[in-house]
Amino acid sequence: MADVAAPAYRIIPIIPALKPGAMEGKGPFVANEKINEALGFPGKMAENWQETHDAVIAKMGELLGKYRSLKVYMDACVHCGACSDKCHYFIGTQDPKNMPVARQDLMRSVYRRYFTLPGKLFPALVGARDLTREVLDEWYNYFNQCSECRRCSVFCPYGIDTAEVTMAAREILDSVGYGQKYSNEIIGKVHKIGNNLGLPAPALIDTLEGLEEDVKDATGIDVRFPIDVKGAEVLLITPSADFFAEPHIDSLIGYAKVFHATGTSWTLSSMSSEAGNFGMFIGNYDQLRTIAMRIRQAALELGVKRIVVGECGHAWRVAYSFWNTLTGVGDGADANDRFAQMLQKQLDHRYKQPAHICEFTWDMIQDERLSFDKSKNDKHIITFHDSCNVARGSRMGDFAGGQFEIPRNIIKAVANNYVEMRDGTTREQTFCCGGGGGLLTDDLMDLRVKGALPRMEVLQQVVDGHGVNFMATICAICKAQFTKVMPIYGFDRRMVGGVHQLVSNAIILGDK
Amino acid sequence: MSLLFAILFYAATLLFVVGLFQRIRTYANTPAPLKIPTTPAPITTGGVVLRMTREVVFFESLFKANLWTWAMSIMFHGSLLLVALRHLRYFTDPVWGWVAMIQPFGTYAGFTMLAGLGGLWARRLFVERIRYISTLSDHLMLVLLMGIAASGLMMKFITHTDVVAVKGFFLGWLHLSIQPLPAEAILAFHLLSVVALLAIFPFSKLLHAPGIFFSPTRNQTDNPREKRHLSAWAAKMESEN
Ligand code: SF4
Ligand code: SF4
Repeated sequence: MADVAAPAYRIIPIIPALKPGAMEGKGPFVANEKINEALGFPGKMAENWQETHDAVIAKMGELLGKYRSLKVYMDACVHCGACSDKCHYFIGTQDPKNMPVARQDLMRSVYRRYFTLPGKLFPALVGARDLTREVLDEWYNYFNQCSECRRCSVFCPYGIDTAEVTMAAREILDSVGYGQKYSNEIIGKVHKIGNNLGLPAPALIDTLEGLEEDVKDATGIDVRFPIDVKGAEVLLITPSADFFAEPHIDSLIGYAKVFHATGTSWTLSSMSSEAGNFGMFIGNYDQLRTIAMRIRQAALELGVKRIVVGECGHAWRVAYSFWNTLTGVGDGADANDRFAQMLQKQLDHRYKQPAHICEFTWDMIQDERLSFDKSKNDKHIITFHDSCNVARGSRMGDFAGGQFEIPRNIIKAVANNYVEMRDGTTREQTFCCGGGGGLLTDDLMDLRVKGALPRMEVLQQVVDGHGVNFMATICAICKAQFTKVMPIYGFDRRMVGGVHQLVSNAIILGDK
Repeated sequence: MSLLFAILFYAATLLFVVGLFQRIRTYANTPAPLKIPTTPAPITTGGVVLRMTREVVFFESLFKANLWTWAMSIMFHGSLLLVALRHLRYFTDPVWGWVAMIQPFGTYAGFTMLAGLGGLWARRLFVERIRYISTLSDHLMLVLLMGIAASGLMMKFITHTDVVAVKGFFLGWLHLSIQPLPAEAILAFHLLSVVALLAIFPFSKLLHAPGIFFSPTRNQTDNPREKRHLSAWAAKMESEN
């Protein structure tokens, strides 16, 4: 990574000057035949361009009929530019095609040409383009420079969500054999082994036993990390990075301690050991659903009453917003909806289904079932990075905005020093870490570093102004991205950690 | 000329109504398979109505995004509304009381409308990134609207068009009888531009007006855990299992 350098900080907020073509290129590695075929996509693009051309247009027509979001968003943009300076990739790269509206226009120009009257009659007038091989390559490049973070959709007067357009573009690309290696490979692993990292069950069980020993050594207390326990109350679904990556694992230890301290019976599932759902990143409903179905299956087989999700941003969005639709994990299915009723009858509806681990912990704190020694976190001056998919795609608790308050409340309950980052860069206006949406791959390192720029600039301000030395977050991708990117900006990688890592530091176990 | 304009207006109105209706029907009939509100989103239907009202009336998101653009847009849209309402006087006899009441404001709104449009166009011309995303039609649309506003103002304040005759024409038009229209270039220009605007509405970015009501990120309630949300094509996947 020696060739990737961090861009210089500026006085924020700033709207950068345009550098057309700055991020032109081939995009991330393309998925090979084996990877694509494992997901049921064509192995590679047809030799004959016309064939691909027709398939792209047909797929686009299909999606326009299936998704109201895409249909409305293709028509409604007025090119007002309100979103134009809101994307962290545009701010960091200065490439105008990374302005959300320009990214959408890559697809909109084709939409206008093939699906609207003015585009058919006067293409030049309305900015309509024929679909050429170059256009498709451009899609591949720039739709793989969007982390589907939805910051743009907060500011658009019509709520136009570039993430929806990106997802459609990626689905179209996949449907003609032009998929991205990283995401598709990971999805293949989930299908085959059950998690994104390809950790087989014996390795997982081994890891958990090791963890029990570690915690015993550190605290003298037998904290269990149970797996495949039938009849447990809680099924924990967490990103597989939690099982061994740093600093993720410290949060996993935190969850286990919370369950231990509250006497909650819980379990992991070796069959369904992944919260992440990369089906969303490639915009494919079938993949999204197939991956989520494992969780339904595990819940039914283990007979659990509650499903709790660990610290992962997009996983929480999928769980919160889509699980009920995709698999019936949730409440409120029609009485004649047999598929969903089967599971919903089993779940305990005194609790939210699914629940976020932060909701679980916060409820326990409010019920005074946990106690903390806050001074254990005194070495940290903490700030909180809202993860994009939690902030803009999902909620916690039962009030709008609970996803902002609950993690902050937990931090304040377990630590003494808390500082907010600059307004306009937190909560629903938070900046993405730069590695979301299936871009957390080394072949996109340059983009990832540049995309992190706005967050780094704001972090630097609280570091300089308040001596902040810990940035807590509740997303596995944020953690992985920041630990890699922050050293390039001159920060210590250990500055990043989970909220439950702080919980783990301060929690008082054993007899009170 | 009167006959020609009468026909043009009938055609344009038809195109506008049918085209818009068609479009709205497609939006309404296209499923929204997943819950995708942009949070923090309202948890109740009432909350959604409130959110939508704030968006439509106050342009809330645009306000958060860019103050200048917001100010210009509010000025333009607000003025347009007043001006349009004022024009009801040409279609009603006797003129409704409240239309008569807003008449003076409506007249001056022509100026603020022109100013708002001018501001928006200046942005498009001089702000680098807005220029980058603008198409020819974006510019032309603003020019068309400015043309309508300017010609309208000119008739009111400079050439003093015979509005009684114009009103006679439109009242007749409403009842399918062709009445004479003053033969003036500026009036013809004004009316032609309006015809053009009506005709392109259902085929252009002006669809943002109905579109916003169908935007899932704005019109959905945030209650996916409480209520199962299922579209027809997604439900079919389950019965096939
Ligand atoms: S979704 Fe996020 S990454 Fe994608 S264009 Fe919008 S702001 Fe940029
Ligand atoms: S803010 Fe919305 S309408 Fe304006 S340019 Fe961006 S996507 Fe288009």
